[in-house]
Amino acid sequence: MSSRAIRPDADVLGRADRPVTILVDGTPVTGIAGQSIAGVLLAAGRTAWRYGPTGGARGVFCGIGVCFDCLLTVNGIPDVRACRRRARDGDVIATQSRAAAPSTVDDNEAGGEPEPPAPATTPSSVDGAR
Amino acid sequence: MRHVAVIGAGPGGLSAAATALGAGAHVTLVDAAEQPGGQYHRAPAPEFGATRPDRLQHGWRDFAARRDQVLGHSRCTFLPETSVWALEGADGIPVVHVLTGPADGAGRRRRTIEADALVLAVGAHDTMLPFPGWELPGVVTAGAAQALVKGERVAIGEQVVVAGTGPFLLPVAAALLGAGSTVRQVLEANRPGRIAAGWGARPWQLAAQAGKLPELAGYAATLARHRVPVLAGRAVVAARGDGRVEEVVTARLRDDWSAVPGTERTVAVDAVCVGHGFSPQLELPVAAGCALRAEPDGRRFVAVDADLRTSRPGVYAVGELTGIAGAPAARAEGALAGWLAAGGPDRPAVRALRRRVAAGRRFADRLAAAHPIGAGWPGWLRDDTVVCRCEDVRYRALRLAADQDPRVAKLGTRAGMGPCQGRICGPTVAALRSAEAARRRAAAGTAARGGNPHHRPIAQPIRLGELAAAADTEHSEEPS
Repeated sequence: MSSRAIRPDADVLGRADRPVTILVDGTPVTGIAGQSIAGVLLAAGRTAWRYGPTGGARGVFCGIGVCFDCLLTVNGIPDVRACRRRARDGDVIATQSRAAAPSTVDDNEAGGEPEPPAPATTPSSVDGAR
Repeated sequence: MRHVAVIGAGPGGLSAAATALGAGAHVTLVDAAEQPGGQYHRAPAPEFGATRPDRLQHGWRDFAARRDQVLGHSRCTFLPETSVWALEGADGIPVVHVLTGPADGAGRRRRTIEADALVLAVGAHDTMLPFPGWELPGVVTAGAAQALVKGERVAIGEQVVVAGTGPFLLPVAAALLGAGSTVRQVLEANRPGRIAAGWGARPWQLAAQAGKLPELAGYAATLARHRVPVLAGRAVVAARGDGRVEEVVTARLRDDWSAVPGTERTVAVDAVCVGHGFSPQLELPVAAGCALRAEPDGRRFVAVDADLRTSRPGVYAVGELTGIAGAPAARAEGALAGWLAAGGPDRPAVRALRRRVAAGRRFADRLAAAHPIGAGWPGWLRDDTVVCRCEDVRYRALRLAADQDPRVAKLGTRAGMGPCQGRICGPTVAALRSAEAARRRAAAGTAARGGNPHHRPIAQPIRLGELAAAADTEHSEEPS
């Protein structure tokens, strides 16, 4: 754990924090109201929440919505950029993996994490040939 | 009455909106963020309850005054949290397709904006060259570190190295110090001789014209006070760690950025912030059909004339889209483009703006000359180095595909086919392909054929549900 929030009493901005709590893979994580989901995770010392095609851990890279490294699932909607989405109290977050499919199938057959609720609209995004 | 659409509410876009309003136009100002300011004036959200939000900002009072004037104007429609996902139409002014709502959401409001003129002010992001281990968590762009401090009040690490090229490394290091982190080193890849030669004679005149010198002097003083070593001619050439960055390997560089063997040093870190200058966000100008111009080093910007007109009539481009020169130059360009886009008449004040724009252009030229990217950086790569982060495509696979047709190579390697759609790796892959082709040309007589890595028909992701559900939305945003 090394990423962290600046303590409010040491902050030159003069903050008046209110907490915001999100559920990350079933575990409550508390941050500061106004932070993005990436900000909440980093403030809690977490630097990775996604796994690439060959299994490597990923988190924030560009910080401004360009690189798409920080994608996660928010309230059942996949592929949300954590650095661009403001955290709201009670947001249900699932981390994501683009690693090869077999382990995912095994997890499901073993009755692991329940599937997130289906979103009201088609979750797939159109961003070219994926 | 003319209707001017301004895309991007950073220093350039806000300035354009202000002068377009001053010239009597209706203005629709669009930004992906919840509040104006762009990256330069990125501020913590109002929920932080900050009593002194100006403390991390330069020129905050002027910015806040302009922001309040623009947003409070009766002829301005501000659309925050709004992404432009497409520009459409081969004739006339392109129709702007936008989505309003939480980023990457599923039920955002979809609408179109039809204006009489368009000012593109969408800015830039860090240029990032790959190196072994750059995909490890804890390795972030310099801009990310800055955005996290300014917008989130988060320090990315406790023991940090800041590396790359350009004066922007200084404010990033200063921001980390302000967040209580230890900055182990700041590494500027270019050597002092190159930097001095690039800025040329009397650099202070240029810097003062662009308003940057006092700001940079302040950062330098902060670094000196914290005894942070600033080393030129040295770079991070590898990052190592188990599941996240734990140490970096630095090396002395030659003028062309090839590493000098035997000069490697390791530095223990828990984060590293790297930036090799900035790349303009070209999706929208390309979608609008604006011609690009290439720098000698291959970087591309939007081609504009002295009045910021692009090759597409009625479409203006300002700020980092036209060349990397920072906020003061972007403000001058925005002011001129906004006024002209609104049909404002020529006046002495307009001619003064043209002089400021020209000064900003000279600043951009010297900045680029002082902090170029050396052609020898691919020597840092190993066969197993990740180049395309989204698809985990390694250097070896790209070299093997270098003489294939670009589309074949893209399909075969999957480089550029992940979620970012080549935003990060596209220019790198293009550079590696042409370097590899140059090596092979003599032997095989072949050349790598490049496409335009900036062409993306869908500029920002849109969910299929949003696309399908929104067919009956209003067709025009009529300002009232």
